[in-house]
This record gives sequence, C-alpha cells and structure tokens, in this order.
Amino acid sequence: MKIHEYQAKELFAEYGIPVEPQHVVDNAEDAVEAARKIGETVVVKAQVLVGGRGKAGGVKLAKTPEEAGTAAREILSLTIKDIPVEKVMITRAAEIEQEFYMGLTTDRAAKQLILMMSKAGGVDIEDLAVNRPEEIIRFHINPVDGIDEAGLKNALEEVFETPELVAQADEAVRKMYRLYLEKDSSLVEINPYARIDGNTLKALDAKVNFDDNALFKHPELEELRNKEEYSADELEARQSGLSFVSMDGEIGCIVNGAGLAMATMDIIKLYGGTPANFLDVGGSSNPEKVLNALRIITRNPKVKGILINIFGGITRCDDIAKGILMAMEQIDMDLPMVIRLIGTNDEEGRNMLAEKGISAHQKLSDAVEQVVESA
Amino acid sequence: MSILIDQNTNVIVQGITGRDGSFHARTMISDGTNVVAGVTPGKGGQTAEGVPVYNNVGEAMDAHRVDASVIFVPAKFATAAVREAADAGVPLIIAITEGVPELEMLETYHYVRGKGLTLIGPNCPGLISPGKSKIGIMPWRIHKEGDIGVISRSGTLTYEVVYNLTTNGMGQSTCVGIGGDPIVGSNFIDMLERYEADPGTSAVVVIGEIGGEDEEAAAEYIKNNMKKPVVAFISGRTAPPGKRMGHAGAIISGGKGTPAAKVQAFTDAGVPVADKPDEIPGLLRQRLG
Repeated sequence: MKIHEYQAKELFAEYGIPVEPQHVVDNAEDAVEAARKIGETVVVKAQVLVGGRGKAGGVKLAKTPEEAGTAAREILSLTIKDIPVEKVMITRAAEIEQEFYMGLTTDRAAKQLILMMSKAGGVDIEDLAVNRPEEIIRFHINPVDGIDEAGLKNALEEVFETPELVAQADEAVRKMYRLYLEKDSSLVEINPYARIDGNTLKALDAKVNFDDNALFKHPELEELRNKEEYSADELEARQSGLSFVSMDGEIGCIVNGAGLAMATMDIIKLYGGTPANFLDVGGSSNPEKVLNALRIITRNPKVKGILINIFGGITRCDDIAKGILMAMEQIDMDLPMVIRLIGTNDEEGRNMLAEKGISAHQKLSDAVEQVVESA
Repeated sequence: MSILIDQNTNVIVQGITGRDGSFHARTMISDGTNVVAGVTPGKGGQTAEGVPVYNNVGEAMDAHRVDASVIFVPAKFATAAVREAADAGVPLIIAITEGVPELEMLETYHYVRGKGLTLIGPNCPGLISPGKSKIGIMPWRIHKEGDIGVISRSGTLTYEVVYNLTTNGMGQSTCVGIGGDPIVGSNFIDMLERYEADPGTSAVVVIGEIGGEDEEAAAEYIKNNMKKPVVAFISGRTAPPGKRMGHAGAIISGGKGTPAAKVQAFTDAGVPVADKPDEIPGLLRQRLG
C-alpha cells in the first residue's frame, strides 16, 4: 500500500523524524490562507501516488499568498500519469544548503533490510543506481540482530561530513528503522534529506509503502488508504476476491494463478495481440468469480476479445464452465470469447460448454492464436 | 531418484482439521503419500483423514518418524507454525500458506536456516516426486516419473510446463514450487545444487518471473557450477513496472526485477529461454542430444 507525501510526513512527525510544518488543502482559497499563515515563500506540491510530479508541473514556488493560490489552482487542475490531483501540500520553501538521500527497504537477495544513502540527494535514485552506483552507500540490517552501531556510524561518516550531521542522521535512521518494523513497511524513503537553516537535517520529501500482507495487523493504516491507488475496476475486482491489474490492450484475460496469468499475457503479445488486463481468479472455483471477472472485463470498451485460460488444480474446470454459462445468461456479450480448459474435471467442464455449442481448447498456444485472430 | 522426497518420506500435516488442510491431506493420501499424522492445537487425540491428530509437532514427532511437515494454517499463524516445526527438528518444512507478512518471513528465514533445516515456501504449491510422493496441492495425474527436474516460483504455470513435458514423453524426477513471495525459505540455487547432485535428474527447467534477482543469481550459479543442461522460462514480460502481478514478489520496482535482465542473465549463462511453455520440451531435447 502506498500513501501520500503528507501522510508519510505525518508518520515521520509521529516518530520524531524532523519535517517542516505542512498544510494540506484542496482549493485555491485555502492555499492562500495557508501561505499567509506560513508568512514567507512557500512550495506548493501535488499529492499524487506516482513519481515524476516535478516534471509534470506539480511542484511550484510561491512568494506571496496570492501566488500560492494561483499555483494551487493550476496544480489542482493537473492530471499526472492519468491521476487527477485532488490535494496539494503547502510548506515553507526552505533554503537548501545540501541534499542527501536516505532509503530503507528489504533486500530480497540478502534476506536483510538495506539502508541506502547518498550525497547525491534530490535526484532519481533509480537513475543513480544505474549510472553512478558508487555514489550509493549501502548498509545492511538483519532484523534478528538489530542495528550494528559501529557499522552504522562508519557508513554515516562516508556520507555526512561533520559529527553534528552524523549524529542527526544516526537518530533519523533509528527512527526510520523503528517505523519500518512497527508498521510493517516495505519502503521508508527520504529524498531529499536536506541540510537547511545552517546545520539542521530535515525530510523535505517522504515516501512510505506498507506490506499488503501485514495490513491485517494495522487497522490504523486503513485510514490512510487512498482509493486512487487502484482503478475502479481494480477495486471492484479486489472486493470479488480477484487479483486484477488494468492494462492498455484489447484482449481481456481470465486465468487461474498469477504465474500462468502473466505467461498468458506474454503469449498474447508473442502472437501479435495486446493484453487488456492481468486477472487471476485465484485457487477456489466459485462460479461467481468467473461471472464477476467477465462483468469487469466486458465493461472495458477497449476489449475486442476474451481469453479464458484455466489449468485446473484446486480450481475445478466444471465450476469455471458453470460460471461462464451463468455469465452468458446474465451479461450481454457480443465479443469473441476463446476458452481453454485443462486439468481437474476438464471433461465435465468441456461437456457442459459443448451442450450450449461452445468449444474449449486443450492447448494454450491454439487458444491464444485464435483469440488474437478473432479480436 | 529424486530430490528432497521419495516413497519413504513420512509426512505430517499442520492444520489438518482446517478446510484446506483436510482436503489436501485426503488428496495426498489417495495420491500415495505417507501421511502419518496431523497437528491441530486443541484437537489432539482425534482422528482426521484416517490419521491421528496431535496438539503440537513435538507430540507427533514422539509418536512417529517424521521427515517432512506441510503447513496449511492461515497466514496469521503461518510463521508460528513454521517455527514450531523447526523447534521440533522437522528436517523439511513446506509452507503452502499465502499472504504471510514479509518481515515475519524474514526473521523466520534466518531462524530455520540457523537450525540447518530446509524450508520451502510460503505461498507455494509444494513439491512432488512423481510415482513416489507428493507434498502439496498440485494435480498428481499430469505428472510422470522421469529424469527432468522442475523449479518454479509459481503454481499453475508449473502445471502448464509439466503438462507439456509429460505429453511429450518427458517425465519428472522432482518438481518444486519455491513460492511467489519476496522472501521464501529456499531459492533457485538451493534446489539447483540438489538437482546437480541427484543421479536421477538429467536436466532442469527453471520457471522464473519478474521481481527480485533470484533468476540472475541462479544464472550465475548455473554458469559456474552446473554440468547438467538447464532450460528457463520467464513470465511477466508484458507486466507494467510498479504493479504487483498477483504474487507479492512479482513486481518490477526500483529498476530491479525486469524480464530483460533475467533473460539476458540466462542467455549469458548458456541457458536457453523459451518464449512459451510448449517450446520447453524441444529445447530440452536439443540440450540432451
């Protein structure tokens, strides 16, 4: 789960990581008022869950309250990477003397947490990792053992020049680490971590992601959830117990299992088609799920053909066939639909479909070829 | 021959009285697996699926020789169940459960490794040595005894690959689903080592997907350590970055885990990468000569 910068900063404040006071507004009048309260040059920042808002015009400086109002109006009319901006955050435009990067995440390969730090703050860390990897200082933390104090100090000294800055950063790392563990995060990032007002380090931006699998432990995080993280279709799919991701293509897919669902999309591309979505109906074989999946897919005006690919294991092919027949009765579908059924109870499923004059493939390649041709 | 499990493997089922545990215990038994007992706290002394139930793994170990434990308990209790099996000294622990919190798994990974035990999963279909033993949820009948090893991060995609192998007359020594989570108990390399050492395996299929760098590490390992031929398949080549594709681990993030990097790593290691699952038997045949 992702949250906005302002929400992440509220968490930072709760954990004692220094941030600037902030105001979050959704209209120009409130922006003017917020800037007046701050009483000096402010920065107005779009609150969206995607990166690249600076380049998209979503971050503006304003010297007067009136300018802040104009900036807010402009930013609130923007759509950044398909997401309309609904809120802006207003904060003091601090004079930045030096910018650093600090990020804490899980290193899957090393099976530890990894703290990444750099003197090259404010830049895109992914670009930095590719082009100037030597400028990133890495420090591992095994949560079983906790932080190696001396090791952390050495790592910090490679990035921060004075004992005063090292001490502040050391404090911030411990707080980031505590936040990471206590809230089951998957990313806690400060970029830039900036030196302002002489010798004070503050988080001028903040990013926190949480582990979806651990959200059940944190009812308090539910309040931070932003519905715009997912498309309307993705939200509806989630409620139906389907795993769904919207894509741009023309062939709607219904598959059981995430790996097979990805492979099915790939093979559609290989045969010259484009997938409209990723959809995993999951392991259970409730016919309702197939019905709901077809409802979501047929609503997408871009879809020109549908492919149902089921390899029955726990999922039973006769249940899937039942769902398909239910959908054909309840939904007005005039799109070509190609079905592939194999595995548990495939004979039964295929017979049920055959009674209604529908045939089902056994080989995946054959099914993909047909749906791409007919779409 | 096979890796990890064979006809002599005695298995217990943690969560045997639950919905999934009871169904799959029954299926494993009818598929010929030696399921010797089940464990459900508070239900000790009962019988489930024709085997005795114990309150904890230790009690089951006192009464039976146990080689492996398979875990079907809900995500909230899954790592506690893994630790319980590890504390009792079960040499092979298989966690089928999906949705296990990542940080819990990170600590559990070190806990199990520290005891020198083997953990497969979580969020995996389990493993099968066709004709000998099945510990997990995969459909028995698509498999065939043979000498091809299969390792995968996914469930149904593995069935797809196995189906293509079997219908082309290529049986399997052991098929292992290592799981689709970012942190799993065993990685590709842990299994590749075993396949390389197993006289019953003559070639291996690695089924990877986007996310993480386990495939890249496997490619490096194959290049330096393996004599047996390996063929790979990577799913998620059309997946958009930043979106989680079902599996918690299947996400391209921070510029890492891209399909291009994985295909390149395998190609550099002399491992052919199939574009579709039905190309795998042909690629294996070429490599086996």
